[in-house]
Amino acid sequence: MRAPTKLHPLAPWASDVAQPVGAVVVFVAFWELVCRVFHVPGYLVPTPSAIFTDTAQLSGPVLMHTLATTQTVLLGFAASVVISVPLAVLITASPVIANAIYPLLVVTQSIPKVALAPILVVIFGSNELPRVVVTFLVAFFPLVLSIAAGITAVPPELIELGRACKANYWRELWRIRLPYAVPFVFSGLKAAITLSVVGAVVGEFVNADRGLGYLIVTSTAFFKVPLAWGALVLLSLMGIVLFQAVVIIERVFFPWAGDLDKQTV
Amino acid sequence: MILLEGVGKTFVTRAGEEVEALADVSLEARRNEFVCLVGPSGCGKSTLLRLVAGLVAPSAGAVSIAGSAVTEPRADTGIVFQAPTLLPWASVLDNVLFPLDMMGRLDAAGRGRARDLLALVGLAGFERKYPRELSGGMQQRAGICRALVHDPDILLMDEPFGALDALTREELTIEVMRIWRERPKTILFVTHSIPEAVLLADRVVVMSARPGRVAEIVTIDLPRPRDFDMEARREFQDATHRIRGLIFGGRHARAH
Repeated sequence: MRAPTKLHPLAPWASDVAQPVGAVVVFVAFWELVCRVFHVPGYLVPTPSAIFTDTAQLSGPVLMHTLATTQTVLLGFAASVVISVPLAVLITASPVIANAIYPLLVVTQSIPKVALAPILVVIFGSNELPRVVVTFLVAFFPLVLSIAAGITAVPPELIELGRACKANYWRELWRIRLPYAVPFVFSGLKAAITLSVVGAVVGEFVNADRGLGYLIVTSTAFFKVPLAWGALVLLSLMGIVLFQAVVIIERVFFPWAGDLDKQTV
Repeated sequence: MILLEGVGKTFVTRAGEEVEALADVSLEARRNEFVCLVGPSGCGKSTLLRLVAGLVAPSAGAVSIAGSAVTEPRADTGIVFQAPTLLPWASVLDNVLFPLDMMGRLDAAGRGRARDLLALVGLAGFERKYPRELSGGMQQRAGICRALVHDPDILLMDEPFGALDALTREELTIEVMRIWRERPKTILFVTHSIPEAVLLADRVVVMSARPGRVAEIVTIDLPRPRDFDMEARREFQDATHRIRGLIFGGRHARAH
């Protein structure tokens, strides 16, 4: 007799992994096909196979560039986290501070970061620091906003409970407000990690001697178009991996924070 | 035990307007008495509770507990809110222990008391569960345990069953009476449900709105222990009818 078809245990896997991967495979195959059938010149749009071979040939240098960009992304992201948390606490602590800080934050966001990057190079010199600063400036703003939103989203009853237990401001912040903000913090972190990749590339476009952004600029300048595309693919993979890393950290360390809307407050 | 003398409370809104929530409220709750507060929305029932809790200060008059004026939150008062508002990151047991932990009084005796309370409300075996794994009724049971964990002599309950379905509500009403019988305390219980108030209370304080005043205090003479079958009794119906009349005026009374 035939074993009963076990559709159920496989179904989540199919929708979570198989379908997106399948879609990508179909897309890449279609791309390859179109380029070959219509003889699209490689310097305009290279085929996926050409992108892969050209990038794999230079796997050593490409790895070095990837690591350089990863370092910039992670340093900028870390700076965003380290600075955003106290900033959000300050903003929520008093309306006076909020009114003083918010306009400054908005100014940092209204300045085009690409325009700012050369000036930062003048200030900080031609090294990693201006790239990290650009990454930070691109990434930190949504993080500050979501942490601040989380700190103020605490139900008033919990604050009253804290006050009824004679908790002072710091105890209330540490034991009630910040834990309560965790799901909000993670939604900010997910935005920030994605923006960090953008920021790092912006920084590398302006001033770098390595990194995937630098690789794109130099390889297009020398018409090594497939390599530039390879760098692009790696950047997008990096974005996906880092985003998923944040998701996994949240699930492992804060399993209760999973779904913001499912919580009863 | 709890004494309010000529208490008034005026809030100032963001727009700078003054809103009088309570005016000239005088009220006394004896030790281990069960007092229910009923009244229309905006009659200041919740404000009154927060005044007794020491969370807000009166604009006029005085609030005192056991002879001493309430000027700040007092360690021997427990509060149950309308929403359970459990901490989503803490287990049921840690939620119940939270007040002790915040007050820096967490000890073995407290832990034992928390477990006893959870068993008392039928949550034994749920200590390690998280709030999201519990139904609304179970969460509120845990909320009641949290309010009782430091063994307060006063329990303030602000529409504790307002967010629950009718059946769970009846169940918890009986539960609260049982807890109160086993661990007597002075309870101030705010509710929108007149039958609930009549069933629970020794005395029902009927309030009128804008500004909140005590319209009348109705003494309930039903024998204890009580249950929902008593709703059919004459005394029960007289009391609910009278309270309805006080709240809605002649309008509603005539419709009966």
